[in-house]
Amino acid sequence: MYAFDYHRPASLRQANNLVAKNGDAKILAGGQTLLPTMKMRLASPSALIDLGALKELSGIEHKGRNLVIGAMTTHAEVAGSALVRELVPGLAGLAGGIGDPHVRHKGTIGGSVANNDPAADYPAGLLALGATIVTSKRKLAAADFFTGLFSTALDEGEIITRIIIPVGAKFAYAKFRNPASRYAMVGVAVAKRGAKVAVAVTGAGADGVFRWAEAEAALAKRFNAKALEGVANPAPKGLNGDIHASAEYRSHLIGVMTKRAVTAASGK
Amino acid sequence: MPKVSMSVNGKQVSGNVEARTLLVDFLRNELRMTGTHVGCDTSQCGACVVHVNGKAIKSCTTLAVACDGANVTTIEGLANGQDLHPMQAAFRQHHGLQCGFCTPGMIMAAVDMVNRLGFDLSEETIRHELEGNICRCTGYHNIVKAIKAGAAAMGGLKVAAE
Ligand SMILES: Cc1cc2nc3c(=O)[nH]c(=O)nc-3n(C[C@H](O)[C@H](O)[C@H](O)COP(=O)(O)OP(=O)(O)OC[C@H]3O[C@@H](n4cnc5c(N)ncnc54)[C@H](O)[C@@H]3O)c2cc1C
Ligand code: FES
Ligand code: FES
Repeated sequence: MYAFDYHRPASLRQANNLVAKNGDAKILAGGQTLLPTMKMRLASPSALIDLGALKELSGIEHKGRNLVIGAMTTHAEVAGSALVRELVPGLAGLAGGIGDPHVRHKGTIGGSVANNDPAADYPAGLLALGATIVTSKRKLAAADFFTGLFSTALDEGEIITRIIIPVGAKFAYAKFRNPASRYAMVGVAVAKRGAKVAVAVTGAGADGVFRWAEAEAALAKRFNAKALEGVANPAPKGLNGDIHASAEYRSHLIGVMTKRAVTAASGK
Repeated sequence: MPKVSMSVNGKQVSGNVEARTLLVDFLRNELRMTGTHVGCDTSQCGACVVHVNGKAIKSCTTLAVACDGANVTTIEGLANGQDLHPMQAAFRQHHGLQCGFCTPGMIMAAVDMVNRLGFDLSEETIRHELEGNICRCTGYHNIVKAIKAGAAAMGGLKVAAE
């Protein structure tokens, strides 16, 4: 790791000021992606602004028809939260399947969302659930937020403060893990809200997380795994192939994981 | 250089470190506590697991400066004088190690597991919970046995003390 200055602001306002003053600074949340990246010298920010002291950014609340999760809330906190387990149990399951216990003790929902790794779990979950990402400047729908491989709509220095998730959907996430890294080889999130169905796929898209419209249409007519039988899996052409799995295999896995998620979401 | 102070195994320590100093390097190089190991340095293997404010974390993926004011427990903090911690004793009794390189992290992960999930751990739970700890030698079988026995022994101690 190259040397850098370290700041640990005590309030969000201080954090915003520090970000504004330090051009190529980076925000440090759980550090579970950023520190390994810096060790490999793939990132070399001049300063880190650690959000670790900002109590205002962590915690989980039920507000009206929404679950509101602070950006610094860890994966372990989301997985273990009685509120999340009651209101969106599939999201607690998703968080509990990230990495390993030690990573879950540090890694945060804000960091995961900001990083938008094409094999990360939260982007699919939040896209299917129709979540809103709240930042120091504005509110963004998940659909507008995730823009491609490791890229998001965040501006330089913009800080994610919380994630708003509407409750009341039937929701589940099914993941085929890479057995070594535990990231998603393919992960599929399915949410049914009234007559509308959203299917979001991670781990497979050449451009990161994406919605699978054909499956959504079929599931809107009949919400069970059988409804997917006539639906062709997404073509391998737009999918990612690497040493872990070919695009053809990922295409096949999308069909399988979607069926599993639908079955889990419908409680059968 | 930033100054950090923290409690390590109940003792207050402080030092001046570069911001980029990892917690594991602070423990090993500054404090000369070499029980915590570095296996991979890429956040995969769990040899470096310690507890910070009661939670198991990878000390190779944590900055020392970020632990200012924290309570840190390392493998050196478990035994009571000459008496091994029940989890350490269980690893010895059940041959839960061969070369021993992964063992400090395994034991810190195991104690964290008990703290979160209780004294009665199923084999399935233990295997699932060990996803962040890699062992190149044992094939895990005896580690799982040791953790099951160590957890039960920790429970027994607690009951006896009550
Ligand atoms: C061994 C291992 C296994 C893993 N397995 C999985 C897995 O199975 N699934 C999965 O989804 N992830 C996995 N991860 C990644 C993990 O979930 C990370 O915790 C997460 O991607 C990043 O969160 P963080 O809080 O650690 O962020 P950091 O590493 O601190 O930051 C990541 C990036 O986000 C930016 N950032 C952080 N917080 C904010 C904010 N509030 N506002 C704006 N920008 C911000 C940082 O500047 C940085 O660029 C794994 C990581 C490891 C080490
Ligand atoms: S040395 Fe920290 S995880 Fe391997
Ligand atoms: S005993 Fe050798 S690595 Fe586990």
